[in-house]
Amino acid sequence: MGLEQFKNRNVGTQNYTMVDAGHSPKGVLCQFKQVVKRTFKGELFVGLWVTMKAMLKALFANDMHTVKYPFEKLPISPRYRAIHDMLRLLESGHYRCIGCGLCEKICISNCITMDTRYDENQRKEVSEYTINFGRCIFCGYCAEVCPELAIVHGSRYENASEQRAGFSLFEDMLTPIDKLNLQQEYSGFGSVSPNADDNIKQTPLAY
Amino acid sequence: MSEVQTVDNMVTVTIDGTEFKAKEGEYILNAARANGIFIPAICYLTRCSPTLACRICLVEADGKQVYACNAKVKEGMEITVDTPNILEERRAIMEVYDVNHPLQCGVCDKSGECELQNYTLHLGVDSQSYMIPDTKREATNWSSVLHYDPGLCIVCERCTTVCKDMIGDSALTTVKRGGAELDKSYKESMPKDAYSMWNKLQKSVIAPSNGTGETNCSDCGECAAVCPVGALVSRDFVYTSNAWDLKRVPAVSAHSSDGFQIYYEVKPTSIEDRTEKIYRVTNEWNYVSLDGAARFAYDFQNTTATKDTKAFNSAIEAFKKAETIRFNSMITNEEALMLQTLKEKMGIKLYNPEVKAFQTFLNHYEAASGNSLWTTDTDAIMKKSDFVISIGCALRNDAPGMKYAFNNVQKLNKGAGLYFHPVGDTLIPTFGKSVEVFNHKVGLEEAALYLVLDLFADKEKLPSDVKEYLESFKKSSTKTIKEKEVKTVKEMVLNEETGKEEEVSKKVTEMIEKEIEVTTNGLVDLLGGDASTFDATFEKMMKKKESFSMMLGEDLYYHEKAENIAKLAALVEATCNIDIVMTPPKSNALGVALICELDEAQSGYTVGYNENGDFRLSALGTGDLDMPAMNQQEGTLCSITKRVLPTNAAVEYHGYELNDLMKVLVGAPELTIDWTEKLPTDRGFKAMAFDDLPNSFENDGRDNRGYKLETSNVKTALPEVEKCDEDAVLEGEIAYRCNPARQFNDFTDKSHEIFETFSLYASKEKAESLGSRVEVIFDNGSITLDVVADEKMTGDIVKVPDFKASEGVYDLFGASRYKTVTLRKVQ
Repeated sequence: MGLEQFKNRNVGTQNYTMVDAGHSPKGVLCQFKQVVKRTFKGELFVGLWVTMKAMLKALFANDMHTVKYPFEKLPISPRYRAIHDMLRLLESGHYRCIGCGLCEKICISNCITMDTRYDENQRKEVSEYTINFGRCIFCGYCAEVCPELAIVHGSRYENASEQRAGFSLFEDMLTPIDKLNLQQEYSGFGSVSPNADDNIKQTPLAY
Repeated sequence: MSEVQTVDNMVTVTIDGTEFKAKEGEYILNAARANGIFIPAICYLTRCSPTLACRICLVEADGKQVYACNAKVKEGMEITVDTPNILEERRAIMEVYDVNHPLQCGVCDKSGECELQNYTLHLGVDSQSYMIPDTKREATNWSSVLHYDPGLCIVCERCTTVCKDMIGDSALTTVKRGGAELDKSYKESMPKDAYSMWNKLQKSVIAPSNGTGETNCSDCGECAAVCPVGALVSRDFVYTSNAWDLKRVPAVSAHSSDGFQIYYEVKPTSIEDRTEKIYRVTNEWNYVSLDGAARFAYDFQNTTATKDTKAFNSAIEAFKKAETIRFNSMITNEEALMLQTLKEKMGIKLYNPEVKAFQTFLNHYEAASGNSLWTTDTDAIMKKSDFVISIGCALRNDAPGMKYAFNNVQKLNKGAGLYFHPVGDTLIPTFGKSVEVFNHKVGLEEAALYLVLDLFADKEKLPSDVKEYLESFKKSSTKTIKEKEVKTVKEMVLNEETGKEEEVSKKVTEMIEKEIEVTTNGLVDLLGGDASTFDATFEKMMKKKESFSMMLGEDLYYHEKAENIAKLAALVEATCNIDIVMTPPKSNALGVALICELDEAQSGYTVGYNENGDFRLSALGTGDLDMPAMNQQEGTLCSITKRVLPTNAAVEYHGYELNDLMKVLVGAPELTIDWTEKLPTDRGFKAMAFDDLPNSFENDGRDNRGYKLETSNVKTALPEVEKCDEDAVLEGEIAYRCNPARQFNDFTDKSHEIFETFSLYASKEKAESLGSRVEVIFDNGSITLDVVADEKMTGDIVKVPDFKASEGVYDLFGASRYKTVTLRKVQ
């Protein structure tokens, strides 16, 4: 979408088309006449007919515009910052988080904590990970700082809970392994920009 | 002597246009650092010899490019830190360091405190111009505590340097990497220093120097501390925490008496358990080197303690009926003062077998020499001495700080050393070429001091009886010896290049027989040395030596003739140009010796503080009333450097403290640290509040932690010394009360990264002859121990550790460190 139309800020000089809205009645008699005229014209039924048509379409033609929340949800912008998701690598299914602790460090409300350890494969393993959603202000810094695009903001925006502090553990946020094929690449806050390649300096390789 | 601060010759140098004063003969880098000027440097370690591996400290001095770590300041020198050429070199060097360095900062333990990261950013390296195929390098564990990832290693050789120059183990070395050769074209295209640095780097990698995959060292972990990158990390710490998450608590090592500066680094235990836990111990490694106990024995806190009023009340009852309080040196000055107050107000005896002998020795020494404390310390020795003598101190086990100083003098000050000890140690001779080891018989420590007198004393000053006594050992005889004589012979040689014959002068050695008169020193023979060669060796050792120091160890305090030895030490100080330092046996022995009036023996109902007793106060969590451990309390400790050092609480404590008992018993101030300013000023303490004590090192390496104990010096007459009692020599099977390195007390033993067991330590041959388990039978009891071979020990003496208070080893040994025992094999 071009931005040209927004750049013209000379409001008032554009070509407006005036709508023919008729004239307001003048005097008490005229107003009375207009009320009587409108009352008996049957426009009410025009409106009712529109409603009726929509109802019939919904009932019999399966054409309904209502979103049946909470059973149905409208898709949300990728830039919206809702409850976090933990993504997996598409190839191996292993979680992407490397336990670098940057999200923990950058978190301005101090709500992320992780435990890491040296695992049997000589790798750093995230043994536990938690976000305190009672404190999280959904600023998106964690998603932005994550070097692996492992922690991202998902689309779960319902945050109401019985307790003020609600915790999420790693497994709660991690893409279920059987739904790996449904995992969406994140395009919101902190994701790779489309021209990222142009901004990288090449490193010579000896291979 | 060293108490009087000698004014070093100062020179004036100009760094980047500003004039500074610097010590003559100091390296440019150190002079700059002392004055707060930053010169980048990776491989250089203060107090160690320059490695010249990184070449990044390049500066321009008087128009010439020099390495700041290796060039000495001169009067009027003009130094420029950055010139365009130097900046180009530095950037190329950093680019080279980044070649093939894994981009694993996300998981690396060093991330956030990594010098490679820092310098890469500092020098603005944002692109790479060099490349070379990488070599596969696998991570390995070198010992029970060391983890090495060669992939991350930048071969700055700081680990090998510190291990050789400071620690003395020389357990690490560079070996061939087997990597690809550098592309020839780089030689022309690259800055010169960067190329030669890369050429060296590409060829080497670090490995244990004994050729195996495992280091056979004291596991002090100093190599990991100095590693600028994440290549060397403590095994226990790998991938457990990021550096920036840890909170640093400045403290003092609680175990040895060296008063090592440490930081306990704490953060919450886990997500479920938010109580703080110590993750690791770090140090200011440019100014202090730790031993294994200081670095790895940190998790000895008393976690289960609660305010148990029942136990508290019974403790009050116990104190009221107690005749004796038995304690050891694992105690702060404040607590020691509390116990002394109890003695004064309630008449309870104070019994401390660890410190008593030391205190008596100190008193004898003070009476004989007029010095209230010894005259030098380990820091001064490292800075100045070039000749060290160690008597009665198992350097490797008793006093890591002394060992480092002894070794550092050999390596950095081109020094020499004499080591007198009954137990053979193969490590000591490796410290330097000019180290002479005397493995004398047990009980001949006096003879060692007499030898020192004979070798170093100003004979004019010596009392005549001592002079005569020393002369009585001299035997003269005539000997026919063969001597080398160098003759210059002229010869005609065909020059291969020019094809002409040229006259060349050649040096030829000839052997000539000569008859000379030789005086041999009987003392050398008595001490197990070779008198016929000693004189020549000693002459070599004494070349260009100016500053002499002597280290006295725990053996002397527990010697039967301790008083005479203290007098001899005083005589050495009075007549020779030798400064003395003494090792306080274990943590705060000096503080206890200064503050408490200790009694000879215990009697009646005894309250044990971390010791056996009828009622036991224990910081180990095993006693009748819990006490805070050293990492859970504030307070001060006295160190070998004669300083009163503040230490802080790293982890929380929920129980009662000794001060709470004091409040009920005799009345006490609100907090333990309120006692700090009440420490006895007549013993050298200052009336300073705990919170006013400084706790830092200065930029030039000066220790500014706490304060120095005031020492006094009263002129006294030369002490009258007795002759060496050669009958005191112990023969037969001998046990020596000595802990393995890294073990000092129950607290080191409790720590999970200390693995040395409570066993009988013997040389390899002895261990083989003893079998796997023996009963050591003393006059007054016995103890059954597993036998462990210590590869660095030689000789027949076996070591019995004393670090477990409950085993009562001090009681078995009594007033001596050596005992004749019977060793009986046990199946």
